[in-house]
Amino acid sequence: MGEKRRVTLEVNGMPYEQDVEVRLTLADFLRHQLRLTGTHIGCEHGVCGACTVLVDGLSVRSCLMLAAQANGSEITTVEGIAPSDNELHPLQEAFRDHHGLQCGFCTPGMLTTLLEFLRDNPSPTERDVREAISGNLCRCTGYQGIVDSALDAAERLRGQDKTTVPDGGHAL
Amino acid sequence: MKPPPFTYHDPATVSEAIDLLATLDNAKLLAGGQSLMPMLNMRYAQPDHIIDLNRVEGLSYIRENVDGLEIGSMTRQRDLEFSDVVRRICPLLGVAIQFVGHRQTRNRGTFGGSLSHLDSSAEIPTVCAALDAVLQVQGPAGVREIAFKDFPTGYLTTSLAQDEVLLSVRLPAWSPGHGFGFEEFARRHGDFAIVSAAALLEVGPEGQITRASVTLGGIGSAPLRVTPAEDALMGTSGSDENFAAAADLCQAIDAFDDIHAPASYRQHLAAVLTKRSLKVAWTRAKTNQGD
Amino acid sequence: MSRRVLGESAKRLEDPTLLRGRGRFIDDVLIPGMLEAAFVRSPHAHAEIKGIDTQAALEIQGVHAVLTLDDLMPYLQTEFLVVGLPSPSYKQDRNRPALAGREVVHVGEPIAVVIAESRYIAEDAAQLVDVDYDLLPAASDCRDALAEGAPPVHKDANDNLLAEFNMGYGDIDAAFAKATHIFSESIMQHRGGSHSIECRGCVASHDPATDQLTLWVSSQMPHSALRVLVDMLGRDENQMRVVTPDIGGGFGPKLVVYQEDVVVSVAAIKLGRAVKWIEDRREHFITTTQERDQYWEVEIAVDENALILGIRGSILHEHGAYTARGINLPQNSAESLPGPYEVPAFRMNTKLALTNKVPVTPVRGAGHPQAAFTIERLMDRVAREMGLDRTEVRRRNLIPADAMPYSRPLKTRGGLAVVLDSGDYPRSQKETLERAGWEDFPTRQKAARESGRHIGIGIANFVKGTGRGPFEEVTVRVGTSGKVHVYTGGTAIGQGTRTMLAQIVAEQLGGDMENVTVTTGDTAATSLGIGTSNSRLAVTAGTSAHVAAGKVREKVLQIAAHVLDSPVEDLEINNAEVHVKEQPGRIANEKVTLGELAHAMAGTPGYTIPGGMGPGLEATEHVILDSKAFASGTVVAEVEVDIETGGVTILNYVLAHDCGRIINPMLVDGQALGGTAHGIGNALFEWMGYDETGQPLTTNLADYLLVNATEMPRVNLLHHESPSPLNPLGVKGVGECGVVPAPGAIISAVEDALKPFDVHIDRTPISPPQIVALIKQGRARA
Repeated sequence: MGEKRRVTLEVNGMPYEQDVEVRLTLADFLRHQLRLTGTHIGCEHGVCGACTVLVDGLSVRSCLMLAAQANGSEITTVEGIAPSDNELHPLQEAFRDHHGLQCGFCTPGMLTTLLEFLRDNPSPTERDVREAISGNLCRCTGYQGIVDSALDAAERLRGQDKTTVPDGGHAL
Repeated sequence: MKPPPFTYHDPATVSEAIDLLATLDNAKLLAGGQSLMPMLNMRYAQPDHIIDLNRVEGLSYIRENVDGLEIGSMTRQRDLEFSDVVRRICPLLGVAIQFVGHRQTRNRGTFGGSLSHLDSSAEIPTVCAALDAVLQVQGPAGVREIAFKDFPTGYLTTSLAQDEVLLSVRLPAWSPGHGFGFEEFARRHGDFAIVSAAALLEVGPEGQITRASVTLGGIGSAPLRVTPAEDALMGTSGSDENFAAAADLCQAIDAFDDIHAPASYRQHLAAVLTKRSLKVAWTRAKTNQGD
Repeated sequence: MSRRVLGESAKRLEDPTLLRGRGRFIDDVLIPGMLEAAFVRSPHAHAEIKGIDTQAALEIQGVHAVLTLDDLMPYLQTEFLVVGLPSPSYKQDRNRPALAGREVVHVGEPIAVVIAESRYIAEDAAQLVDVDYDLLPAASDCRDALAEGAPPVHKDANDNLLAEFNMGYGDIDAAFAKATHIFSESIMQHRGGSHSIECRGCVASHDPATDQLTLWVSSQMPHSALRVLVDMLGRDENQMRVVTPDIGGGFGPKLVVYQEDVVVSVAAIKLGRAVKWIEDRREHFITTTQERDQYWEVEIAVDENALILGIRGSILHEHGAYTARGINLPQNSAESLPGPYEVPAFRMNTKLALTNKVPVTPVRGAGHPQAAFTIERLMDRVAREMGLDRTEVRRRNLIPADAMPYSRPLKTRGGLAVVLDSGDYPRSQKETLERAGWEDFPTRQKAARESGRHIGIGIANFVKGTGRGPFEEVTVRVGTSGKVHVYTGGTAIGQGTRTMLAQIVAEQLGGDMENVTVTTGDTAATSLGIGTSNSRLAVTAGTSAHVAAGKVREKVLQIAAHVLDSPVEDLEINNAEVHVKEQPGRIANEKVTLGELAHAMAGTPGYTIPGGMGPGLEATEHVILDSKAFASGTVVAEVEVDIETGGVTILNYVLAHDCGRIINPMLVDGQALGGTAHGIGNALFEWMGYDETGQPLTTNLADYLLVNATEMPRVNLLHHESPSPLNPLGVKGVGECGVVPAPGAIISAVEDALKPFDVHIDRTPISPPQIVALIKQGRARA
């Protein structure tokens, strides 16, 4: 219909070469053109974070990028987090153990955001975690399960035995 | 909420970008997208042409020079956040940048994009005002400089010509050991500031203020320097009374009303945050003196 | 020994799929050839429609149709969605037309729909639909709407009073006549929208071969939607199927049947193509139902011991422009005002005002938060005026445990008595206070003040009716595969329905939750269904599942006893097999699988069904539970107020809740925490603003503030279990418990922090500018 651009990119390790309408957002491209519907759309104005994906390893609101801008990029979506169909990533296991999701709609954005965060901050405090996900809105969980999941995942990823003790009261 | 139709251009050089701006009607520059894309998605902006600057080489850099810092317009906010050079030479920016949105915002958002958008309470324009930033812009007629005080012309409006591209910004450094303070009040972590205050102080050997910069964001249509407050602080010592007097001058400035805050509250915050930022700047300056 | 799962924090069955991003939400539904819709909506709060010009829109390439009410009417039996819950109190019927044809009465009301190849194109075309409006005056504030000479919300109306009702009991006049003290409060309460992270949406698909219309819809009540569509489209139940995908949160407004659901269904039939409509966030602000303003005028009469003698007053409730659900929201508010306290006499008048804004229907809490806030403000007022500790006033008035079940001489909307079934309210308060350190708070507060900090503590008790009846349908069926299948009319909106029902059923049928499949919210799977609301599924669906599973268990054991030639008492079900328990002298490996039993009970032509109990291994239950099971609890919140900025930080938050017997502690905690976040939003952040012309002011998530992770405190949870005598499991609902007491406790704490300034807060939410203004006024008075 409208003007198109050819984009070549990698998503979850798989190469793609596609023609995209220039005004197609990266979120819609992933969801409808690649049928990777795990990335969700909650607001389309860059506040809720449900659409967060990793572009070249950095968390990005995919509703605020044009698909055409992703040419040459490596993208990780929620579908690319688990190592296989039989295993979950430690972060996902932690979410399951600590009730880090209820309806699951904000979850993909939480997971990609935390993947980047834990990679760059392997030993976070509770406050660090809360700030890291402050740009991801959840209406179901009250965030506590997500915070506990992230702190547990940090520990698993560090491969240590000691338990991280969350702050009591307000995490300042 | 999908963007309206537009023709997409992704020039590889600044000259190409300028040519496009000069020849196309109703064109908008796309940098980090954190301000423009929401406007496109909500169809508040309906440009016929989008000129994407992300492919243009040579606009993303942080350089130390003899006067201070030079920052390329397409430098990602994230890079500023993690830059030791910024922290060393321009610590006010090093602090303020952490308040810009969230991680995802800063990963894509650019220094120049935020500056050109010129939201009144945005941290980057506020810091540029505080530091008397000098902008380098290029148009068909060549390169020129714009002092920050000549940059805002109204709400979300700048003195950039329609066919000009912001290349870089020079931030003159304050003397080593200067005091700096950045305070803002936002409803939630990462939200737009309702009001922000940036204070810079240099303190002489007798403990008197020899240089002062007091800036408010979220009060006027653009971040503004409160010269009367700065003048009042000169030669004084860092006492609560002096800071309160400076704060009162800030409170007197006309502010705007919106759904987040009535003008009277913004004025009230101006005083509160000015005092707080001055105190922090003063403490830092004194501590640095002691080093 | 069969594994026990009831009461365990079993990991959720839903999670692996959702964690992998493999859920199927409404926008993930893809039907070949599907087209997409965008609605043309009114930009005005009130106007007459003089004409709709669709010509320019139709000329956009990729547009298949632009439909208005006239285009829909050949397919509709009626123009209006008649959905209001019955009540004798309506003074006007104001039902939504499928599309506005003559008059628009709120910004966002749908007027036309564009069907196109993509949403992008549909929005391009929608911009070009030219509607000719004659503007009419709008009523925005509900107080103004009921004032003399107010502009009518609907052109043909004489006034804007939608409904009015009174309720009460006892001799209220006598109570006030003999009172030692009478205190009155004027309270303003505002709640906002749902803001599930997933907005609404539907996909309609008509199969000409079977003449069946399937509507996929992100709805809490698909069976209601089916009935409305049957009525409106004139199709019978066999020609329609309403099915829910994964739902990204509901919170109340997704139980409503909307114009878009009807229009998209008609479009699919008319165009012979599947049609999808996905609501965007801006639309969610201006078209999905929400809560807004209530103004309370209340008086409390107490004796010299601060014992309540009576409460009377009035509520002015803002209804919005149409009836999209009923009068239930303010009815709940009035009815639950007494809360967990003994109130011997009671009288409330409630008026519902029409306004030219989005229709109002319940959001999580459904009127109970407003009641709880009011009674808790009154308790604080009594304490302050009489120089008593706030907790002491409450303690004296709380219904004691030995008074349970406690009958309140009120009637619910269905005409049933209000009976608080079980609970120990004094214990809840006592333990919460202990956990929160109420006793030595004054010392902490004094120390804080000395260092220039203002901290405060507040308390709120609550009671929440849950498990609204009359039933929820559940079928439990053992398949020849050996799997246990559960089908329910309840819908899953994120609360873990599948896991909960699998736990209840697995408890009776082998303990292996992975062997249980659960199908929710599909009118083809269950003929009856009420759906999800009012924290009802654990009670209603849980009970039916438990009873049905029990019946299936009994049959399984009877048949297995027959097959294994063993007494029933010697058998147990474990992991999809029935086997003989270990006994000395008996081989313990005699067994038969559930699948084999199901085969046997399926019937073979010419052979009799074993066991004499009829074929099949299934049971369908609709256990009638008319009375609500009342959850309860207490919140104590500690806050710090920055008196210069008005910013509020929650330092400590203790929530004790009693939802009866706990099926899955982890899920229960999740509900309590999620509700708490929402309640904190209602106390400090969420405000759906409109101006005086009915224009919405907050239409994005930067202007409308949801609680995020940094503003949410870590919550200290206390669990009490007072089993409900009303259902065999003893369960009560928990989904709304967190949201009900939050504003009462938080506002009480903020007021306590600002004691030095003699601040009195009579509203929720409260914002930093308002706090700063109150402090200033307080200082001026001093």
